[in-house]
Amino acid sequence: MSKVPVKKALLIAAALATTTSALAAGKLEIFSWWAGDEGPALEALVKLYKEKYPTVAVDNATVTGGAGTNARAVLKTRMLGGTPPDSFQVHAGQELIGTWVVAGRMEDLSSLFKSEGWSKAFPADVLKLISAKGGIWSVPVNVHRSNVMWYNPAKLKEWGVTVPKTWPEFISTCATLKGKGVAAPLVVGENWTQQHLWENVMIGTLGAQGWENLWAGKTKFTDPKVVGAFTTFGKVMDCANKDASGLSWQQASDRVVSGQSAFNIMGDWAAGYFTTTKNLAPGKGFGWATAPGTAKTFVMLADSFGLPKGVKNRAEATNWLRLLGSKAGQDAFNPLKGSIAARTDSDLSKYNTYSRSAATDWKNSKIVGSMAHGAVAPESFTSAFGAVIDQFVSTRNSAGAAAAAQALAVRSGFGK
Amino acid sequence: MKSLSKDRLWAIAVLTPSIILVGIFVYYFIGRTIYVSLTDWGNDPAQALALNPIIRWVGLQNYQELFTGFLQGRFRQELVNTLFFTVFFILGCLGVGLGLALILDRNPKGEGLWRTIFLFPMSLSFIVTGTIWRWMLQPQGGVNQAPTLLGGQPSTFAWLSSNDSVLKFDWNALPLITAAVVGAVLIVVAVRAAREGQRTRTLVAAACAALLILWAVFIGPNVRLLAAPELHGFNLAMIGIIIAAVWQMSGYTMALYLAGLRGIPEELREAAKVDGARDAQMYRYVIFPLLSPITLSAMIILGHISLKIFDLVYAMAGSDNIAASVPALNMYLTSFRQNQFALGAAIGTILLILVAFVIVPYLANQFKGEEGHA
Repeated sequence: MSKVPVKKALLIAAALATTTSALAAGKLEIFSWWAGDEGPALEALVKLYKEKYPTVAVDNATVTGGAGTNARAVLKTRMLGGTPPDSFQVHAGQELIGTWVVAGRMEDLSSLFKSEGWSKAFPADVLKLISAKGGIWSVPVNVHRSNVMWYNPAKLKEWGVTVPKTWPEFISTCATLKGKGVAAPLVVGENWTQQHLWENVMIGTLGAQGWENLWAGKTKFTDPKVVGAFTTFGKVMDCANKDASGLSWQQASDRVVSGQSAFNIMGDWAAGYFTTTKNLAPGKGFGWATAPGTAKTFVMLADSFGLPKGVKNRAEATNWLRLLGSKAGQDAFNPLKGSIAARTDSDLSKYNTYSRSAATDWKNSKIVGSMAHGAVAPESFTSAFGAVIDQFVSTRNSAGAAAAAQALAVRSGFGK
Repeated sequence: MKSLSKDRLWAIAVLTPSIILVGIFVYYFIGRTIYVSLTDWGNDPAQALALNPIIRWVGLQNYQELFTGFLQGRFRQELVNTLFFTVFFILGCLGVGLGLALILDRNPKGEGLWRTIFLFPMSLSFIVTGTIWRWMLQPQGGVNQAPTLLGGQPSTFAWLSSNDSVLKFDWNALPLITAAVVGAVLIVVAVRAAREGQRTRTLVAAACAALLILWAVFIGPNVRLLAAPELHGFNLAMIGIIIAAVWQMSGYTMALYLAGLRGIPEELREAAKVDGARDAQMYRYVIFPLLSPITLSAMIILGHISLKIFDLVYAMAGSDNIAASVPALNMYLTSFRQNQFALGAAIGTILLILVAFVIVPYLANQFKGEEGHA
């Protein structure tokens, strides 16, 4: 071995030592499941953070896959092991409250909301969803909409049908389409997309207030209206493809593009898929409307970050949350992620066609939380509810499914 | 007492670390799981992940919940799935494995190559096998398109998403079915014992059988585990998973059988031929009886694999597909997604008991055998 590499190695080691000492001023570890398509959006936020706090070394810990289910499992290990990340991604609402807030492991962020003036920047309905036990528990970064129905405008014209406005109308449109030889007018995919459809049928049938009562424990799932909505859901599922559980949401969306099916109820991340991956023009290649019966309602789900108790770098983490809730932070992140800002004052010129229409609705609609994406129900409910839906789809027993849902609600602590 | 030789001391020194580690990481944790399964940890979400959770002793309540609880129909279906999966998986592996071994035993051309090819699937992990087979069993693709190669119509069988099931029975009838089956087995035992002239055995078996049958006729029909009838059966969605599992493990069974076949002395076959046995007769009366210990080992190895299978099902059917789910998957979801640690531990304990049913008699048998030789 010659001497030159040794010298080089020494130099590199010395250089590394200086960099680490320079960075030792501060550290921040953020924990999320954003990678791949969503990675650049997070990168933009981290870049913004580094511009503001150049001495802080940001450790971006991502655990990918399964819409966050893998990340949540790792998070549990870390929290129980006493090494919580400085801040972690979680769906805003009960997914955080029902698991971590009730366990007394999160810090109340009310004072941060007050000092930053966020109580006015975010809609009141949203603040209600992220509050519990007299505190506010996370900072929502982005908002997605659950109640969107996607279709192919050219195909609808060819079949001579219009977009149905209510679920009964949807069922009759479905009969018309079946008469024209469309075997499955509605396309659904694997289990969670069926839960996603279920919540939209429920909200469309019970109304926004009825939906909120369900999760506040004011209405029982065994109420005749809810049982009736289950029956409607069964009729809607009769319009759907039989191979649902084998399809991802992307494959389901493909069937709308190809004209094999007419409608798909999916969150507005589908807009990004249609425009970016499928290269379709909004309004021409693909069209959208609010899900039947939910015209003046915005069913939201949001990603948010919270502050666990006992973190190592509390000051840096608070600064991170401050950036997430700021207008600059939200407008840097959301156009790249394909979502809209949770704040109502965002700069719409930075957003695409679909997002602009969603942002307008965000300001003007009644906002309720999504069940399938963790806003209104705790994990102990949502992760067991998949089995209830699965059972219902195979048996079509509305009363049984409603009774099972009620039993689940009681077990999860919000039903009475 | 024997004085400790240097050799013995060495043995103790070398073994102690692994005994301690196995003691903690296997037996202590088994004990801990059983303990947790008898508490209510996680039944109240507020206590599940708290810093100092309040955990109460509830006895067998979690087990009762699993077998009779309104919300746990999924678990009961999974037990039924496991039963059918185990039966068809073992039959499939033994059948295919034995067939391949018999073919290879005739020394075809390129035997070594074929052996490697048949054994290869075993080198994959179940996750990989599961992912590949899920692709092939997609409703629109792979296997369903195969008939078009021969000019036929593509098949429309929904391999992994089918909700149909056959051989359905009501869970309420489970005690009745169990009693009837055990009673029938006892009658067979009694008849055999009577033929062999073992008096006590005959009487005990016959009495037990009579008791069980009486119970089944008079009390059994009135036993209700659940308020409403709940049908469980063999879900067609399991077929795809069974095929994938058999594809993966039959090569291994083949290797076992091949070793067994090669171990049969040539003289026995020649003796059979000299006695005028045809090929079929030679297999039936000479070779298959000599292979029966191999069949037993294979059944036990395959049996415990099938009882604790998780990854293959997770990769093929996903986590919410009740029609194709198994208890191990439910254990994971219950503990780590719903935070119901006690209920998850109860499922784990039930799995341990099921596996013990398969393994313990085998181990006891092995142990006896070794002592006999020593």
